[in-house]
Amino acid sequence: MRGTEFAIVGAGPAGLSAAIEAARAGVQVMLIDENEKPGGQLFKQIHKFFGSKEHYAGIRGIDIGAQLLSEVEACGVEVMLDSVVWGGFADHTLGIIRDQKNLQLKAKKILLATGAAENALAFPGWTLPGVMGAGAIQTLVNVQRVLPGRRVLMVGSGNVGLIVSYQLLQAGAEVVAVLEAVPKVGGYGVHASKLRRHGVPILTSTTIKEARGKERVEKAISIGLDHDWREIPGTEREYEADVICLALGLTPLSELAWMAGCQFEYIPQLGGHVPVHDSNMETTVRGIYVAGDVSGIEEASTAMEEGKLAGIAVAEALGYLSAEEAASRKEAVLRRLDELRSGPFGEARNQAKERLHQQRCSQ
Amino acid sequence: MTLEKNGVLSLEELAELPGMPSKERLEQGPVAVIECAQEIPCNPCEEACPSGAIQVGEPITNLPVLIEDKCTGCGLCIAACPGQAIFVVDMTYSDKEAIVQLPYEFLPLPEKGETIDGLDREGQRICTARVVKVLNPKKFDRTPVVTIAVPKGCAMAVRDIAIRR
Repeated sequence: MRGTEFAIVGAGPAGLSAAIEAARAGVQVMLIDENEKPGGQLFKQIHKFFGSKEHYAGIRGIDIGAQLLSEVEACGVEVMLDSVVWGGFADHTLGIIRDQKNLQLKAKKILLATGAAENALAFPGWTLPGVMGAGAIQTLVNVQRVLPGRRVLMVGSGNVGLIVSYQLLQAGAEVVAVLEAVPKVGGYGVHASKLRRHGVPILTSTTIKEARGKERVEKAISIGLDHDWREIPGTEREYEADVICLALGLTPLSELAWMAGCQFEYIPQLGGHVPVHDSNMETTVRGIYVAGDVSGIEEASTAMEEGKLAGIAVAEALGYLSAEEAASRKEAVLRRLDELRSGPFGEARNQAKERLHQQRCSQ
Repeated sequence: MTLEKNGVLSLEELAELPGMPSKERLEQGPVAVIECAQEIPCNPCEEACPSGAIQVGEPITNLPVLIEDKCTGCGLCIAACPGQAIFVVDMTYSDKEAIVQLPYEFLPLPEKGETIDGLDREGQRICTARVVKVLNPKKFDRTPVVTIAVPKGCAMAVRDIAIRR
């Protein structure tokens, strides 16, 4: 069995940031990811990020990803790719499949930075080829440079739906409409406005009713919803479309935390069941930390800050940082997190996170 | 608010924004028009302005305030805004035409001298625009800024140009 001081599962923005923070303090870090490249979703994010300079604002996700990777390399983090963590056991041991072989890794501390999975929606025709998730489309368009279709109907107007719609326009597709079931656009108004300026309609109180086609999607039918979410007969609209993109939010990928016996709380504002954690990002199981979307659905910017918190806390717990040094570093991160969670878009998440922290502390 | 309902800022909403220049200031020459209406934690515009003409301050969710007397209309804020919500308008360009500078992240880029459809906030073609300049320096980080000349009456309505395929 191999051993390391700090094992991190998931090399997305949270995992990378935690690895850098801990390794710089002197911790031996092993960063594990099931993909062939590290970076998580960052390398699909070709748009400029919001925030302040300290949050990498104005920089594109792909460039933030490249920067984090070079920092990870520079501080001597061992990165294990193409490696699936399939289970966790007592004594902080992880089961990993790599090269079709099973191996075990024992760590003093473990960070689960496993991210999230996309939510789906079942409707007549939803199994037809051409109905796909926004993540898949971003991979195809922004990473593989393949256009999945010519005419796309977007379902969901959160930031993901709006940003992916814009990126589809940039890639040469037409977006026939963006549908939103609630009466309000979910994501930032500026993202919506960018689409509207190019003539993309955004239809609130409207959802997908049906996908039609023989071998693949040929048509999409939308329908209006009343304030009780009931379909309004006669409000159907038909679109010529070869792709229906689902951007319906995310759910934390928390299997490993369940397996470890972490206590969970159901918080809709954070995407469903999330592991209870304190402001060090430590769960109710000592030595197991969470950061990023698995600890509650937010953004890459918040994921990076949470990763840093976990990295600092682990370095402190392992004796690499004094309590004073750790406290001052954490304070700076917490201040930036507060900023990112401020304003009307962040308030609900902020309150939900505080509730989680209080729960963990009262135990 | 119509921005939340359908993604388009209404004239009433625009009039309320602290990033909008006054009519008097618009008549005096190039000036930034900041169409940022939601309290998002974000401030690269403030950082980008060399004249201190954009103020966000703390908390970072404050809407950007245009200090119109300080704004030189240099346009450095246009590419810096991650929301592509800042434009520069120059009503003094000529007797009949005004200048609009806008962010444009599509390929191929338009060329100087070309005429192109000018689009309003809802994507409606409202005029023919003449491309005066296309700037795409490294500093803009792949957000080219296109300068177009449009009939004066359209200057506060044109906010994009048609994508060239």
